[in-house]
Amino acid sequence: MVATPEKPTYKVIGTRPIRPDGMDKVTGRAEYGADVKLENVLYGAVLRSPHAHARIKRIDTSKAEALPGVKAVATNADFPKPDAGSIDLGEGSANPVWLSENMLAGSKVLYHGHAVAAVAATELHIAEDALALIEVEYEVLPHVIDVREAMLPNAPVLLDDLRTNVRAKGADTPKDVPTNIALHMRIEKGDIEAGFAEAEVVIEREFSTSQAHQGYIEPQNGTAFWNRDGQLTIWCSTQGSFAVRAQCSALLGIPESRIKVIPMEIGGGFGGKLTVYLEPVAALLSRKSHRPVKMWMPRADIIRATGPTSATHNRVKIGAKRDGTIVAAEVNLAYAAGAYPGAPVGAGALCALGPYDVANQRIDGFDVVTNTPKTQAYRAPGAPASEYAVEATLDELAEQLQIDPMDLRLKNAAKEGGTNSAGQPWPRIGAEAVMQAIKNHPHYNSELHGEDTGRGVALGFWFNGGMESSSSATVNSDGTVSLILGSIDIGGSRAALAMQLAETLGLTLDDINPHMVDTDSVGWTGVTGGSRTTFAGGWVAYDLGEEIKKRVVERAARMWNVEADQVSYADGTITGPDDDEGKPRSMTFKEIAKQLQRTGGLIAVSATSRRNTQGAAYAGHIVDLKVDRETGKVTILRYTAIQDVGTAIHPAYVEGQMQGGVAQGVGMALNEEYFYDSEGHVLNASLLDYRMPVANDLPMIDTELVEVPNPGHPYGVRGVGEAPIVPPTPAIRNAIYDAIGVRMYSTPMSPRHILEETLPRED
Amino acid sequence: MQAVKYARATSVDEAVQMLRDGGDVARVLAGGTDLIVLARERRRNIDLFVDVKHIPDLTGITYATGQGLTVGAATPLYQVYNHPDVKAHYPALVEASHVIGGTAIQGRASLGGNLANSSPAADGIPAMIALGGIAHTAGPNGARDIPITEFCTGPGRNVLEQGEFIVTLSFPDPAPRSGSAWERFIPRNEMDIAVANAGVYLALDGDTVTEARVAIGAVAPTPLLVPAAAEALIGKPLTDETIEAAAAAAKDAATPISDMRGSEQQRKHLVAVLVKRMLNQAAARARGDE
Repeated sequence: MVATPEKPTYKVIGTRPIRPDGMDKVTGRAEYGADVKLENVLYGAVLRSPHAHARIKRIDTSKAEALPGVKAVATNADFPKPDAGSIDLGEGSANPVWLSENMLAGSKVLYHGHAVAAVAATELHIAEDALALIEVEYEVLPHVIDVREAMLPNAPVLLDDLRTNVRAKGADTPKDVPTNIALHMRIEKGDIEAGFAEAEVVIEREFSTSQAHQGYIEPQNGTAFWNRDGQLTIWCSTQGSFAVRAQCSALLGIPESRIKVIPMEIGGGFGGKLTVYLEPVAALLSRKSHRPVKMWMPRADIIRATGPTSATHNRVKIGAKRDGTIVAAEVNLAYAAGAYPGAPVGAGALCALGPYDVANQRIDGFDVVTNTPKTQAYRAPGAPASEYAVEATLDELAEQLQIDPMDLRLKNAAKEGGTNSAGQPWPRIGAEAVMQAIKNHPHYNSELHGEDTGRGVALGFWFNGGMESSSSATVNSDGTVSLILGSIDIGGSRAALAMQLAETLGLTLDDINPHMVDTDSVGWTGVTGGSRTTFAGGWVAYDLGEEIKKRVVERAARMWNVEADQVSYADGTITGPDDDEGKPRSMTFKEIAKQLQRTGGLIAVSATSRRNTQGAAYAGHIVDLKVDRETGKVTILRYTAIQDVGTAIHPAYVEGQMQGGVAQGVGMALNEEYFYDSEGHVLNASLLDYRMPVANDLPMIDTELVEVPNPGHPYGVRGVGEAPIVPPTPAIRNAIYDAIGVRMYSTPMSPRHILEETLPRED
Repeated sequence: MQAVKYARATSVDEAVQMLRDGGDVARVLAGGTDLIVLARERRRNIDLFVDVKHIPDLTGITYATGQGLTVGAATPLYQVYNHPDVKAHYPALVEASHVIGGTAIQGRASLGGNLANSSPAADGIPAMIALGGIAHTAGPNGARDIPITEFCTGPGRNVLEQGEFIVTLSFPDPAPRSGSAWERFIPRNEMDIAVANAGVYLALDGDTVTEARVAIGAVAPTPLLVPAAAEALIGKPLTDETIEAAAAAAKDAATPISDMRGSEQQRKHLVAVLVKRMLNQAAARARGDE
């Protein structure tokens, strides 16, 4: 259901065609990393740390190297010493020293499952046998898992050289002592003290969230072949082929021009496949063995050693007038980064109050290293935790003020003319439209039936990414257009970008042939992440279309012997002034395409876009659920996801993104968590015990698309993929309270944790 | 994965011989849904799989009134829960076999495998205990009949000797006014491992309980038969009070650990909830209410 009544009349945009890559994917014909088959290939396996924190005193690989069938063994010592500075990934950056030590540990292992050494052998089981022959002498060190414990002055220090980067005016955080706090950042607006002085009600709450894994079904994989001319080819599953190239270049010390990354189809990433894990290791093993090396990660290693999102501990203090006007907000965010700095606390800080206009606010964020896997981006990185804290607190504020929770939000909604938490002015945004759509929705206005049932609402905000994308297009002589994409297609990018080119040219989707290609075959393109691809790639498709139109018009003018400004292009038809006999001059795109070769050659264009006018996304969710008081189990009865999507290019994919965000958000809210034993071992490194929702844990997720076009895009596109993971946790938490009167302050809200709140305490 | 050899046995005697020759690194392979995972993760040192699912005695289901039910140990679960006589007389077995794995797994996994794997949280075992099941085995020292209540000795451990395996499982014919039921608690709705489970069987004469067996799982090193729960019921009318007493007895018998799958308090609480729910369910079946 699309809620916004008026929008431009499009022919292709807004339709629901079958994607060009669809049939191959559902029939199993599409080629993923596991399908890469090369002559003479070796199989790689990785030895991982049994300890959460230890110094590596000695590694002896000689017995492994001597095992028949073993062709190469690699450790961190095989990487050249990385340059200082950071690697630009297009979205975010990476510190090459830390990245290298996360591929294969340096002098220390920093988490259970940290890679220590790798073996390539003629058979996988031989490589695994060889791992057992590698001797590693560890000096086990005290470890720290919990983010608050890691911030204490006496906590075990992970990185000897780490000092706090203090970017918080007026803060007295020490800068020159060994610490686990990599960053203390602060954003501030207005006068926080004056704001609280004005408040008639002040409410302060603390929340914690558990680590959650992206849970992509396709394992990380990488095949590398380093030929004797020093050229490296990598086949892998990634969200950004150019990001893989940049990271491998920095880690391996070879120029980017010598590396070709061939992105295979990807079976899910959600932020977890922006960074490399196996690719540079396979490259090292290939360089040593002179043979292609194929690697893929077992599920247990994926859970233990690839990036989950941060565990967090957050505090929110909100001051309001009795009429519901929020006059002050103070937010304090502590995010666990895992083994190396880089928790998404900056994004969490910018998003915390994203849906609201709060005049006086201060947001502090801490990026803290812990003996857990290095966190990576996960769908709206950082936002679910900070916004959960705010949305949950607002629910309690609404109750105290006896105001409808949506009225409270509407009263404080962010809107055009206001500013965000960083003080930048808002362009046209859909916060208010989404809030109003919730209030008007039949779900919100329906009666709730049954015992122990409850309803909750929450908003979600994500700022979306812009950044750089490149494409090229060739007009073929039959009037079709080949579209060459630098972007990885995760959620339907081929279709969504081809549709925007088709719309621009007045053609049908069938006329456009989109292709995902390797890094040698297209211009530099940022990762598919940050909800940026349909926006930025769409801009490029539009620019390509406009350039093709311009050239087609020029050609037609030449063919007709008229001036170009006498020729126009609309709906795939080129029209010129009437000819000498008074007949209208007109050609279709297909007709002129046939004549291109004879009249000066086919048309090939390329374009790069680097615009940061992406426009923010707002999501608002309504959930009804039932709590079984005897077991603590939550059953979701009804779920409605409403979102400002700018313009839905392919509404079915947009709805799919919203439903997917809800599914992952429900997982985070209800059952997903990491269990560590007292020695810092991850205990639940399997899909049995790391409990993502299965199909019958979820109800039908209804969607409603609100379309407030982004003024910064020719078709009004806003990113849609990330915002919908934000509201489920607070919406569910608020609904649990409505159902059984219990306020939960941590995730997951699993049966066990709900029973802990409801059963009588036992000592 | 480790490199392993595979051998297919076509008779019980042949399997006994192959296992004897294979020694302690030979393992019985039925559906393989537990064993292959163990081998792939290198949690057991295995050199030889002896595939027993092509032995006629180990697959198939027979039932006769007054005689009871016999299930080949390697019979895939989908055949168990779809069998009309199992559906009519052994609902607890249907309920337990229906939730072990997903559809694909149920085409290979078996009750014999579930029992031999001897997980404390096994879904099938409390149902089989409640139904009074007996495991019939073959091995180097001959055949044995082992009551399922006595089969498991610890997590992943049981009374089977080296080279001994389960051939069939048999269950007595249930009394005319009787019912059975089984349920587990899992945080998700499927594809999960029990935090606690319970299987019950009871027979009624009027409102009076004449027979009862209450079995619980995932709350002790092995699935447990709880005689005290049966004693709280037998010879008494089935009321909320007697059901509560049986549930309390089950809770007392439970000695769970706290681990990532559940806390001690949660498991003790849940096992009482499940026993209560299952007794009501079985009673409804005994009375013909469902």
